[in-house]
Amino acid sequence: MGEAIVITSGKGGVGKTTTTANIGAGLAQAGQKVALIDADIGLRNLDVVMGLENRIVYDLVDVVEGFAKLKTALIKDKRFENLYLLPAAQTRDKTAVSPDQMRDLVGEMKEEFDFVLIDCPAGIEQGFKNAVAGSDKAVVVATPEVSSVRDADRIIGLLEAEEKHDPSLIVNRIRPSMVKKGDMMDINDMIEILAIELLGVVPDDEFIVVSTNRGEPAVMNPQSRAGEAYRNITRRLMGEKVPFLKLEDENQGFIGRLRKMMGIKG
Amino acid sequence: MFDLFARVFGRDDASKDVAKERLRLVLVHDRASLSPQALENLKNDLVKVISQYLDIDDQGFRVDFSRDEDAMALVANIPIRKKVNRNSL
Repeated sequence: MGEAIVITSGKGGVGKTTTTANIGAGLAQAGQKVALIDADIGLRNLDVVMGLENRIVYDLVDVVEGFAKLKTALIKDKRFENLYLLPAAQTRDKTAVSPDQMRDLVGEMKEEFDFVLIDCPAGIEQGFKNAVAGSDKAVVVATPEVSSVRDADRIIGLLEAEEKHDPSLIVNRIRPSMVKKGDMMDINDMIEILAIELLGVVPDDEFIVVSTNRGEPAVMNPQSRAGEAYRNITRRLMGEKVPFLKLEDENQGFIGRLRKMMGIKG
Repeated sequence: MFDLFARVFGRDDASKDVAKERLRLVLVHDRASLSPQALENLKNDLVKVISQYLDIDDQGFRVDFSRDEDAMALVANIPIRKKVNRNSL
C-alpha cells in the first residue's frame, strides 16, 4: 500500500506544479513507483511541466466518470522506469469530480503505486477539497513573501479542518543573498510563524525556467541547485535523514559585492 | 536613489523585520477570523456593557489578541475610574 501526498499552497504561482513534477521524477529516479495526479481541473499544467502534453488521450474526469479505465488513462513517462501521470481535464471545472470520487480513485492508485502525488489547484474551494480528500499527508509550498506565508497559514488551518494533520513545509525560491542582507525572511522566521515541520528548502534557480521550457524536471540535472534540493526532499520522503542545503551567497567576491552595491542584478 | 544610499551606508530597517511584523498582525486576525473592524466593534460593545457597571477610562481601553505557541487569547486591558453606584442605573 503506497502513500498519497497532496502538494498545496493556497496562493497561486509559488511552485506547486514544479514541486510535484520534481518530487515525482526524483522519487521515480530513486526507484519508487510513482503516479502524479493533476487535480487542477480546467487549468491543466502538470503535463507541460513534465513534457508529456502531446501524449494525453484520457484524463482524470474520464476515469472518474467511467469513460476510461485508470490503466488506459495513465501516461507513462518514458524517461523513467516507474513514473505515470494522470492529467487533469481541460474543458471541465472543479465540480466535475467530488471529494468522495477522489478518495476512491486515490485509494485504488495507492494499491498500485508506492507514491501518489496530487498537484492541488490554488485557492481554498472545491478544487482544494477534491485534491486533499484522498491524501495521507500534505506538503505546503510557500515562498518567503508575506502574501504566500499568509495563505500557507490559512491552508494549514484548512488542512487541520479536513483532518489532515501535521503537514510539512517546502520553502521555495529562497535567495540567500537577500536573506543575508535582511531583505528576505529566512527559513527560521517562516517555521516560527507557521509552526510547521520543514521538509525542504529550494533555492531560487534560473535553471527552473530552462527546465520548464524544455519539459524536463530540474531534478534530472545534476548541476542544478534546485534539482539538488528536490533530490534531498525525495530522500526525506523515503525516510532518510538528510541535512538541509547550506545556502551560500551566490554573489560572492568583489565584483559580486560591487554589483550588489550598485543594485545590478544578475 | 534612496535605495543606493541605503545599500552603501547600511541601514537598520531590514525589510524582513517589517515583513515579519506585518505577517504577525495579519495572521492574528486571520486565525481568529476577525477583521480589524470587527475587533473595533467588539471593543465598542465591551465598553458599552462594562460602562453599565463600572466607570471606565475608554481612552486607555485596549483589546487585542495574544498568541502563545498554539493557544490564542483575547486580552482586554480596562482601566477603571471608580465604581458606579448601582442604584443610579
